Amino acid sequence: MSIQNVIASSESKDELRQRLLKPDEITGSEILLRTLLLEGVECVFGYPGGAVLYIYDAMYGNPDFKHLLTRHEQGAIHAADGYARSTGKVGVCIATSGPGATNLVTGIATAYMDSVPLVCITGNVATSLIGSDAFQEADIIGITMPITKHSYLVRDVKDLARTIREAFHIASTGRKGPVLIDIPKDVSNQVTRFEYPETISLPTYKPTLYPNKLQVDKLLAAIEEAKQPVILAGGGVVYADASAELIEFAEKTRIPVTTTLLGLGGFPSGHELWMGMPGMHGTKTANYALQNADLLISIGARFDDRVTMKLEGFAPRAKIAHIDIDPAEIGKNVPVDIPVVSDVKEALKEANTKARPAQSEEWIKQIQEMKEQYPLRYKDSDDELKPQWVIEMISETTNGEAFITTDVGQHQMWVAQYYKFKNPRSLITSGGLGTMGFGFPSAIGVQMAHPDKLVISINGDGGMQMCAQELAVCAINNIPVKIVVINNQVLGMVRQWQELIYDSRYSHIDLSGSPDFVKLAEAYGVKGLRATTKEEARAAWQEALNHPGPVLIDFVVSKMENVYPMVQQGCTLDEMIMGDSE
Amino acid sequence: MRRHVISVLVNDQPGVLQRVAGLFGRRGFNIESITVGSSEEPGLSRMIIVTRGDEKTMEQVSKQLYKLIDVAKVVDLSASPMVARELALIKVGAEPAERPEILGVVDTFRASVVDVGPNTLIVQVVGDSDKIDAMVELLKPYGIKELTRTGVTAMTRGMIRKQQP
Ligand SMILES: Cc1ncc(C[n+]2csc(CCOP(=O)(O)OP(=O)(O)O)c2C)c(N)n1
Repeated sequence: MSIQNVIASSESKDELRQRLLKPDEITGSEILLRTLLLEGVECVFGYPGGAVLYIYDAMYGNPDFKHLLTRHEQGAIHAADGYARSTGKVGVCIATSGPGATNLVTGIATAYMDSVPLVCITGNVATSLIGSDAFQEADIIGITMPITKHSYLVRDVKDLARTIREAFHIASTGRKGPVLIDIPKDVSNQVTRFEYPETISLPTYKPTLYPNKLQVDKLLAAIEEAKQPVILAGGGVVYADASAELIEFAEKTRIPVTTTLLGLGGFPSGHELWMGMPGMHGTKTANYALQNADLLISIGARFDDRVTMKLEGFAPRAKIAHIDIDPAEIGKNVPVDIPVVSDVKEALKEANTKARPAQSEEWIKQIQEMKEQYPLRYKDSDDELKPQWVIEMISETTNGEAFITTDVGQHQMWVAQYYKFKNPRSLITSGGLGTMGFGFPSAIGVQMAHPDKLVISINGDGGMQMCAQELAVCAINNIPVKIVVINNQVLGMVRQWQELIYDSRYSHIDLSGSPDFVKLAEAYGVKGLRATTKEEARAAWQEALNHPGPVLIDFVVSKMENVYPMVQQGCTLDEMIMGDSE
Repeated sequence: MRRHVISVLVNDQPGVLQRVAGLFGRRGFNIESITVGSSEEPGLSRMIIVTRGDEKTMEQVSKQLYKLIDVAKVVDLSASPMVARELALIKVGAEPAERPEILGVVDTFRASVVDVGPNTLIVQVVGDSDKIDAMVELLKPYGIKELTRTGVTAMTRGMIRKQQP
């Protein structure tokens, strides 16, 4: 079995659309499936249960609708998230009421923090039972209010089609985010005449898409005067598909660029003007540049504390310009001199029409020198496998052309540091929430969206155990993800903090008792490989790349390795510890 | 930390009050009072929220409120001359002998007595929050048995604010 396009080949997209749009008398469940297809959804991820059984019944034998059964709702939503991040389309997941719905919570919060467009469908108990503490009832709307962009409880089947249309619109426009639709069981079984709303009317929802031209002019004037300007580019650049515009902007204005974790790939890492990632584990060059900038232009980045570190003392000399689609981000953490509320792509397009260079050649030279003087480095070893070396090896073999998903921890930072990202959307990682368990299942969604591309999921041995059950999904559907475990036998990032901040009091970080990952993979029917030396690592990796199906490779690496450079909490960006890299 | 009276026009949808109040709690904005009722436009309700904060906080309050899909308009009423009113019902201990004295206070405040019990009176007072505070202070010596306040509702004086295009 291979991952197929869902649309039957004998029927054109138009014919399918006409068939779906027919104003039949159908149930809420059928309305849901039809509307999802009409929204262009190719694959949904979910897990059934009592409250969504009408919906699952409607899927039965439906050749148009592709659903992937995960082994946990968290797997489903992270897969939908990976699908969305890697395509820019809305990801969809389905869960039943109560425990099914609450199992989505971590995934919803993950998507919310990183502005990922998702539509999460939950079942609920019948409308007559809502509020009665019925079996498997949970107020999922109430529970998720702080972590959704918007949510709906559909009480009448007549509202269903419109609600789904609105949910997709809200999820995928403005600052993107997860939208939840809670559908009581009886609503999914009620029958009504299906009328697909051609237009959406949301008078109170009007995201600003185009920049104020005077503000853009102000920015351009500031650039022409700047001698030490810096661009801080975030996930917003990637989400707005504004990479090409960013490159043009940086080149025209001659401004060096640093990309946040979620911005990696939004600006090619090989570019002369790129300085690496900023912040807690950023490069010396990027952090130096931020601290010495006279003009800082944040583009689709929100001044997260992992980037700014101690706010007082962040970019102390810089005039600050901030381009963001979400007005609430402007001035939230850092006072802004030149605010530009706009879709990032539109703002950059406008700026590019008139952009002229800053007075930055001296500055660029200085930055080039720093880049040479302080590259990222680690102490390599021939006795044990170094995690950074493994990442570099992977990076070299893929030449930046793969999709990489990561989990959370040291390995995530090493990927951010040592993998050379070339393309936007090629790094899929949980930035804002830092969700362990995200890395592997998100890769399933990425691979579903890109069946012919190389998808590599890089995980710690801790996080790998948080959603390992989804190995079954890879096996049964032959989803050829290359699953990498950077196995240091500890909760590495926690170990690092305990070493540096808690006096090496290693409290509860020992992962002894972890499964033999090779056997675990094999138990699910996934090929498993192990490497403990460089030679084995090269061979195993090559074997994995050659294997047409899913593979898990357990790279047994040194335990005591730390991520450097590091800025400790409470410090400013210029107070970096260089560690082994010095 | 000035006191601000904010008017929030919202879609009349279930859960909107929870969304707004939740946002204040979650983001650490303070709420002194919050009232909701219908507005001049069908389908829209108006919330009046009294809060304290500096200019930066107020800017965030407004921007964060606008992020809610159901929020149509946010106005800081206290930025221009406004009328703000609150209603209180005060049940005060009132033995027959004390009544004339209490009625004197009630009269001065242009409040009214809306219920008379064997040894209590219910006083209804409408006014700005300071006036109600003052009235409560004056009634305290007689023994306040029960007190309930509505929270502030408000609007700007005079001119009709230009509608957004
Ligand atoms: C769900 C969740 N629980 C706890 C944490 C806190 N945390 C951050 S990194 C980390 C250690 C991760 O260890 P591992 O998966 O082995 O990766 P490593 O750091 O060793 O690369 C932990 C526990 C988290 N981010 N997410």
